Amino acid sequence: MHDFANAFILLSNYVLIPSITYGSQLAIGALGITLVFSILRFANFAHGDTMAFGTMVAIFCTWGVQALGLSLGPLPVALITLPVAIAVTIALVLGIDKIIYQFYRNKKVEPIILVMASVGVMFMMNGIVRILIGTGDVSFADGARFIIRAREFREMTGLDEGLALRTTQVITVVVAGVVMAALFWFLQKTRTGKSMRAFSDNEDLALLSGIKPERVVQITWIIAATLATIAGVLYGLDKGFRPFTYFQLLLPMFAAAILGGIGQPIGAVVGGFVIAFSEVALTYAYRRVFEYLGPDGFEVEGLAQLIETEYKFAISFIILVIVLLVRPTGIFKGRVL
Amino acid sequence: MSLLQATGMRGGYGAADILQGCTINCDRGEIAVIVGPNGAGKSTAIKAIFGMIDLREGDVTFEGKSITSLAPQARVEAGMGMVPQNNNVFPGMTVEENLQMGAFLREDGGAGVIDKVYDLFPAVKDKRYQLAGELSGGQRQQVAVGRAMMTEPTLLILDEPTAGVSPIVMDELFDRIIEIAKTGIAVLMVEQNARQALEIADTGYVLVEGQNRFTDTGAALLADSEVRATFLGGDQS
Repeated sequence: MHDFANAFILLSNYVLIPSITYGSQLAIGALGITLVFSILRFANFAHGDTMAFGTMVAIFCTWGVQALGLSLGPLPVALITLPVAIAVTIALVLGIDKIIYQFYRNKKVEPIILVMASVGVMFMMNGIVRILIGTGDVSFADGARFIIRAREFREMTGLDEGLALRTTQVITVVVAGVVMAALFWFLQKTRTGKSMRAFSDNEDLALLSGIKPERVVQITWIIAATLATIAGVLYGLDKGFRPFTYFQLLLPMFAAAILGGIGQPIGAVVGGFVIAFSEVALTYAYRRVFEYLGPDGFEVEGLAQLIETEYKFAISFIILVIVLLVRPTGIFKGRVL
Repeated sequence: MSLLQATGMRGGYGAADILQGCTINCDRGEIAVIVGPNGAGKSTAIKAIFGMIDLREGDVTFEGKSITSLAPQARVEAGMGMVPQNNNVFPGMTVEENLQMGAFLREDGGAGVIDKVYDLFPAVKDKRYQLAGELSGGQRQQVAVGRAMMTEPTLLILDEPTAGVSPIVMDELFDRIIEIAKTGIAVLMVEQNARQALEIADTGYVLVEGQNRFTDTGAALLADSEVRATFLGGDQS
């Protein structure tokens, strides 16, 4: 029984909690991708760098607040800088839409041209972020680091394994929950949200019903920028900020959106958690878990790790390829990319 | 003077004109039906009336004002309702949401009109919380008509409302359309099922190659032996 509890705590500490946290971050990121796809009908490659841009603004604001000698107690300062970071990111994204995407939209171009334009936007934002904040790691999480420390947990429970719960993990899950609930409420219950779904469902009929396409597009960008900033800040608080990492997040986020069914918000959430769980669970070394669960004195040679951590992006990629081959509409019957 | 007067319409999708100067009128409380062989320009005619294609020549007036240059959206605001032939519902939204979207332009949100639509289509009311994409063809058609009714149009345009539905459903749908016309709304529709449609038509337009071939009351057209022989599939009784 004791061994069983130890194995469970070990798994919670290294697989369950990290994948729920990472899954929440991916889910919010994938939601932005899926919304842009369902309204603007193209895969937005600039989403990862939009996240990086928003996070960068939040970091600058955090430094500003810290320079004033203020803090939020146990919570990271970045949380109160979120509204400013979101506002700046919205302004940038709306500006880019006005200058770049609107031009192509008015010409009614093929979606692939918009995708290529978004690759250009991606490089541009990438450059802006690297020039302004640099390419290195930035850690901006302040406040209390842990809610539960491993040592305290061990003393409390008398188990051999400790459970550490970091503040940023709890913040991620709570904020993600609030954001998703708010987004789904908005899409299901408000007139504007419904008009977005209508536009996504049947563009021609939406036009016949008097729904204004440019307004729907603007609201979509506002929501996408908000989600991107929140996802970026949560990820940065949890794992540190580095522009290149945010660019890399594009792959698991797209995998999540497509696995869930692109264009389906609920799919993005489910997809985010499935991808995160797969990544974490497949790269974890299970040696000690097996030793706890096996008979006394049972020893495992090697790490009992399925895939090395360096290959974690391969997991998203393989899931993406399998979904596209076997079920291109994804779990929740989205569109085909 | 009729509510809708589309006179001498000439135009089409590209270089070639599909409409060769055809004229369609429709008045309040009246059902006007456009029939004709495939490729006669029936659907093109109502698309032109609704502003979905540009006219090279001709004029469309609605309530006495020329609307030839208005976009479809502006025509909805002016009091026209359109039920397209295909993709005429929001499949991923519930029936009630479909109707709400129909009332998007209304300041009041259309809560009162929804009840009127439900009175007209009780079957739709029963399915109000179901996704429109999951309904049968006939019910989906009712939702599509209901959506267009949400702006309380003075002219309702229907593009082949009975395409692909069973004869029973077709009769039911025609009954509803008659009821709609009785409330004083002008109904203009294109129909593939010419005989049945002419039976409920106050005015019938037989189009051939983008021109008016015959125009008369529905009953007179049905009685016309030439129309019967040429367009209604022979002399059935």
